[in-house]
Amino acid sequence: MADAWIPLVLTLKVAGWATALNLLLGTAVGYALARGRFPGRDVLDAALTLPLVMPPTVLGYYLLVVIGSQGVLGAWLLQHFGIRLIFTVEAAIIAATIVAFPLVFKAARAAFETVDPQFEDAARTLGIGEWAIFFRVTLPLAWRGILAGLLLAFARALGEFGATLMVAGSIVGKTQTLSIAVYEAVQAGQDGTANFLVVVTSVVCLAVLLGAGRLVPGRVAAR
Amino acid sequence: MPLRPIRTLALFLTAGLSVAAQAADLTVSAAASLTNAFKDIAPLFEAAHPGTKVQLNFAASGVLLQQIAKGAPADVFASADQDTMDQAQAQNLVKPAQRRDFVSNSLVVIVPGASTKVPAAVADLTQPAYGRIAIGLPASVPVGRYTKSVLEGAKLWGAIEPKMVGATNVRQALDYVQRAEVDAGFVYSTDAALMADKVKVALTVPTPKPILYPVAPLPAGPNAAMGEKFVEFLFTPPAQAVLSKYGFGKP
Repeated sequence: MADAWIPLVLTLKVAGWATALNLLLGTAVGYALARGRFPGRDVLDAALTLPLVMPPTVLGYYLLVVIGSQGVLGAWLLQHFGIRLIFTVEAAIIAATIVAFPLVFKAARAAFETVDPQFEDAARTLGIGEWAIFFRVTLPLAWRGILAGLLLAFARALGEFGATLMVAGSIVGKTQTLSIAVYEAVQAGQDGTANFLVVVTSVVCLAVLLGAGRLVPGRVAAR
Repeated sequence: MPLRPIRTLALFLTAGLSVAAQAADLTVSAAASLTNAFKDIAPLFEAAHPGTKVQLNFAASGVLLQQIAKGAPADVFASADQDTMDQAQAQNLVKPAQRRDFVSNSLVVIVPGASTKVPAAVADLTQPAYGRIAIGLPASVPVGRYTKSVLEGAKLWGAIEPKMVGATNVRQALDYVQRAEVDAGFVYSTDAALMADKVKVALTVPTPKPILYPVAPLPAGPNAAMGEKFVEFLFTPPAQAVLSKYGFGKP
C-alpha cells in the first residue's frame, strides 16, 4: 500500500506542472482570441480545441511521431542537445498539458469576453499602459472564469492516460501516474491496490470539481 | 414527430445485435506473442469447421487470466507460461487433464536496428550505455517473468530494474525497441523475427525453466465443445506448420 503513494505524488506533480503551463499558455491564447479580430480566428479556435475531442491514443500517437527519437522535433533535440523526451516525466507533463489546454483557453476566452470593454477604455482615458490595464482591470474581472477552467484542466491532467502511456510509458516513480498504476494493478490482479488508488483518485477529482463549481462566474457571495 | 425515427433506429439496432449474437462464435484468448500465428490458424480452423467464426483476443497472459477469472466468455486459453495456466487451474477455470503444451519459444535480447551498442552478454546491460531497457511487467506478462528470473539468477536484477521501462505485453516491448525509444529489450525470438529489418537480435538468453506454452479449453465458455476441437486442431499438421513458420519450437 505504501507504494501507492508514489504514483499519487508523481501524478500531482505532473498535473501541477501541466496546469501551471496551461495558466500561461491558456490565458495568453484565450486573451488573444477574445480580443483579436483576424481572419481565421474561429478556425484557429477549433484547431486548438482538437485535443479535447480527439481520442487520447490518437493524440499520443501524434506526439510520439513528433517528439519521438525518430520524430521531427525529437530527432532534432536528440542530435543537438542529447535530450530524449520519450519515457521521461517531461513527456508525461507535455501530454497532460496538451490534453488539458483547451479547457483553460476556452474558459479564459469566455471570461475575457464577459469583461466589458468600457472598463478597459475608461482605464485608457486615465492614462495607464496596456500591460497595467490587463493586470489591474481585465484579469481581476476575468480570474474566476479562468480559475474554473484551470481546476477542470487540473482534473483532466490528473486523469490523463492514453497519451501519457504512449509517450511516457510506465516507469515507477518517474512516469507511472495514478491512472497507469490502476491499469497495471487490475491487469496483475492486485485488486486491493487498484481499489485504494481508485478511491484516492476519486476523492481528489471530487474535491477539484467542487472547488471549480464554486467559482463559476455569476456566483456572488451572500452580501 | 421525432419519436418515429428513434423507434426505427432502435428496431434496426436490436435486429443488428441479435444477428451478431447468433453466429456460432468461438472466442480464443491467446498470449500476445501468438498474434500472427493464430491469425493464420483461425481461417484454417474455420475452413475445417464451416459455420464457426473464430474471434481472437490477444493480450498479455496475465491480463487474459484476469478477464477469464472475472467472467469473460472465452472458450480457449493459450498462455505463454506455465505460471499463468497454473493460476487458472488453481481457480478451477481449466481442467488439469485438458491442459497441453503445444509450442516452445526462446528469450532474446534485441536492440534497435540502427544501434551501435550491441551487448555481448546480459551483464553488459548494466553499463551506462544502456539507459533504458524494455521489459514486460513481471506481474502480468510472462516474458517479463522469464526475464526477471534470468536476471535474478545472474544477480543482475538489482542493477537493471531501475532502467526498466515496463511493457504491458511483449509486442509493446518490441515496439519500444523498433522505435529506438529504448536501448534494448527482452522479447521472444518469434517476435524479433517479425521485425527482422527494424531490430537486431543481440543474444539468445537461456532461461532457468524452458519456455513452454500451455493451451486449454475453458469448460465455462459459451462454446466449450468447439473450444476443445480448436485445442485439438492446434496439434494437427496444418496448424503446427503455421507455428513452425513463425519460429515456434516443438513442445
